Amino acid sequence: MFSPLNIRIGFFLALRQLRRASPWTTGLTIFIMVLTFLNLVVVSGILVGLIQGSINAWRVEFTSDVLIGTLDDKKYIENSPNLLALLRTLPEVLAVTPRFSEGATLEANYKTRKVTDKPNTVGTQIMGISPADEDAVTGLAGSVSEGAYLSPNDYDQILLGSYLLKQYVPIDDPNFPSLNDVGVGTKIRITVAGVTREVVVKGLLTSKVDAINRNAFMVDSQYRSMIGRTDGNVDQFAVKLKEGVDPILVREALKRSGVDQYAKVQTYADAQPKFLKDIIATFNMLGNAFSSLGLIVASITVFIVVFINAITRRKYIGILKGIGIHGSAIEISYVFQSMFYAVIGSAIGLVLVYALLVPAITAHPIDFPFSDGILVAPLGETLFRVGLLVFATVIAGYIPAWMIIRKNTLDSILGRN
Amino acid sequence: MIKTTNLTKSFRNGDIDTHVLKGINFEARKGEFLAIMGRSGAGKSTFLYQLSLLDDPTDGEILIEGEKAHTMTAAEKSRIRLHKFGYVFQDYALLPELSALENVALPLLMQGRTIAQAYTESQKSLERLGLGHRLKNLPSQLSGGEQQRVSIARAVAHNPKVLFVDEPTANLDNESSKVVMQAFKDLHKNEGQTIIMVTHEEEFAKEAERIIRIDNGRIVS
Repeated sequence: MFSPLNIRIGFFLALRQLRRASPWTTGLTIFIMVLTFLNLVVVSGILVGLIQGSINAWRVEFTSDVLIGTLDDKKYIENSPNLLALLRTLPEVLAVTPRFSEGATLEANYKTRKVTDKPNTVGTQIMGISPADEDAVTGLAGSVSEGAYLSPNDYDQILLGSYLLKQYVPIDDPNFPSLNDVGVGTKIRITVAGVTREVVVKGLLTSKVDAINRNAFMVDSQYRSMIGRTDGNVDQFAVKLKEGVDPILVREALKRSGVDQYAKVQTYADAQPKFLKDIIATFNMLGNAFSSLGLIVASITVFIVVFINAITRRKYIGILKGIGIHGSAIEISYVFQSMFYAVIGSAIGLVLVYALLVPAITAHPIDFPFSDGILVAPLGETLFRVGLLVFATVIAGYIPAWMIIRKNTLDSILGRN
Repeated sequence: MIKTTNLTKSFRNGDIDTHVLKGINFEARKGEFLAIMGRSGAGKSTFLYQLSLLDDPTDGEILIEGEKAHTMTAAEKSRIRLHKFGYVFQDYALLPELSALENVALPLLMQGRTIAQAYTESQKSLERLGLGHRLKNLPSQLSGGEQQRVSIARAVAHNPKVLFVDEPTANLDNESSKVVMQAFKDLHKNEGQTIIMVTHEEEFAKEAERIIRIDNGRIVS
């Protein structure tokens, strides 16, 4: 069937049919192909990008590339000063931030409430950080939406995640307690490890990362004294690596050094919350389902376009067969036409996605409540989808052509059924 | 060159069989110009379609240069139509998206010639029919007479053994009809082209060497 001669004749016919076809029909078919391509790539790309934006935010703003935490049965990372020294000698490491972390209670109305009033408290984690180190690793200063960032010498000052304050909590739910009438400059009372202290809210943090929105941050030197940690051991290290370094390599190197004997070493991916991983899997599945529907719609569209084309040209198909043109050559001409629609549609789609949509959405992410959604379109996957679209289109173009071409030659010439 | 023995063709429509050809014995010799005549519905076009292998007879034999056509596969018949036969249809049967030159070149390309060879031979064929100035024109840009001459140029470009012609002047005015008929006469006279032509016009049938009349599915004279 696919002899070089048939392919040559098929190409000869297809080229001329396309060249002299109605520009409106060709344009409309290509437009449908472009929309199908966008449906294949952009819908799933946005769904995945929604979560990818969240993952990126977690990585950039909280976990950084490698996160070292306490073992499940330990209160803190033993041997922290030596580990910090080791991390700072690794050539792959750009910056490290040590963090103290303890459960705490914040109270707002302790000055005004009567004995019978309910205390306005909220439980949270307070992180003790070195402001400069933390900012170097996670850019925490950039998340300050009101007030100011911490300075190393701040005394009794705290940064609060915005979701700890009633006016910023997105939902009104008793399961999400929050502080009333608290803003920058307000005094609140914190209780951590049995120690209570009055502190001033220096700034508010707003981010797409829950660990920032729901936690509080203080300068580490003070916090250490509050929780009675005098040995220099911390609860967490967030490690930022140099550009291009694979976090897995660093994780493995640390494990080989025996760090995993006294700390939990994770890449940012290991440290992702499980719900994010589940959502990614679900959205990938949804994306594939939408893509499959798009592919079916595209196939049916091309089937209809080619079927109508072939049925209205049935007489000419009969004439071609009558004068000795091989049926396969005629079928191939329709395959070439279908390929043309799919390839041109995909090419326009590729340009739209990579020259317009990806840069535009990267520059102006879609503002979802829990992430800055981006468009995820890895080139390999996109080209696979292009291949899928071309393949489906070719099949959808071949079948109607085959149906018409196999009809009796003379019946086709004379227009008999 | 072409011989039929007891050729029959029937069509079934529901329970009703219509016998269009009722046992035709016929022979066309090489270099002959034959006209087939008959009233509408007599079976002359059906007979031409059986001879030219565009349709399969219900019964009987067709021999083409000694080869039994009725035992050939569809592919073998297609090969004979491509290499040995040429066709001129009543409604020209040109492909609307191909220029005159491309329409003529298409069967030559299918025979395996290169584009350059096919275009050179097609141009010669079109020039021979007085259409050297219309090579690039699409069928829609040509008059009926010109389209029919392009159709003749396509039919004879590969020097077929037999040219089958079905009512070539039915859609043409008198003047164009005369030009087209002159083309057939020239092909026959100058190149010895075998032509089997169906027509219902006495005036043009007289141009042929031999006239066969069909009535009610049989050759009557």
